[in-house]
Amino acid sequence: MRINIVKKDGQAWVRVLIKHPMETGMRKDKGTGKVIPAHFIKSVVLAHNNDIVVNAKCGVAVSKDPFFFFKIKGVNSGDVIKINWEDNTGKSEAAEEKVA
Amino acid sequence: MNTNVKRRLMLKGTLLASMAGVAASAGLLVPSKVLAVWSQAAFDATTVDSALNALVGSSSLTDSPDIKIKAPAIAENGAVVNILVSTTITGVESMSILVEKNASPLALSADISKNVEPFVKTRVKIGKTSKVLGVVKAGGKLYSTSKQVKVTIGGCGG
Repeated sequence: MRINIVKKDGQAWVRVLIKHPMETGMRKDKGTGKVIPAHFIKSVVLAHNNDIVVNAKCGVAVSKDPFFFFKIKGVNSGDVIKINWEDNTGKSEAAEEKVA
Repeated sequence: MNTNVKRRLMLKGTLLASMAGVAASAGLLVPSKVLAVWSQAAFDATTVDSALNALVGSSSLTDSPDIKIKAPAIAENGAVVNILVSTTITGVESMSILVEKNASPLALSADISKNVEPFVKTRVKIGKTSKVLGVVKAGGKLYSTSKQVKVTIGGCGG
């Protein structure tokens, strides 16, 4: 996952890009004709220091390699933004970044 | 209780447990009120109304000029459509994006704390020409605005 944080007017502009197929479970494999099982991110959680500030729930309609942009208020230099996602297979990833 | 219902309850239980596990492993404390559960019913729902009913318990939307939705009028590729929703409404609890004509309209619902600007930008799939709704929950009420997006190549086909 790639995180980009820009500080602007006391806010942290957090952009997140996650590599994920976001399979809907409705597509068929063109070669075999079999349905490709759903595989998608269900939850993306952002925390500022240790406070959860965003809890986003996703469906299959979020595009492949999801991108999210949120603006967190009251952020100071040195604060930590943590991001955590989990998909429908239980796979998850966590990352954190210090605000410059 | 039939087996199907039992299975669903069990799935719900495991999901809760695994979500708590992930949050704990990332060093996040989880006040259960903040970390709302992923709602199978809301994301499986086939209409905007049923999705909202499952998600927030109401589908009564008040049109609001205070919500802005930025989306292209014409999306050449429905698989990747930029959507931005923002509002000047105060006390926003959650922001959701729904694509009316998708098989499952609910694309994203973000609960935000008071320390987050009521703003979200993401990319969604739009199967065919459809209204895209930005729904904002504030003070227990739902406000919305929508924009028509014309799709020339669908985003959900195989």
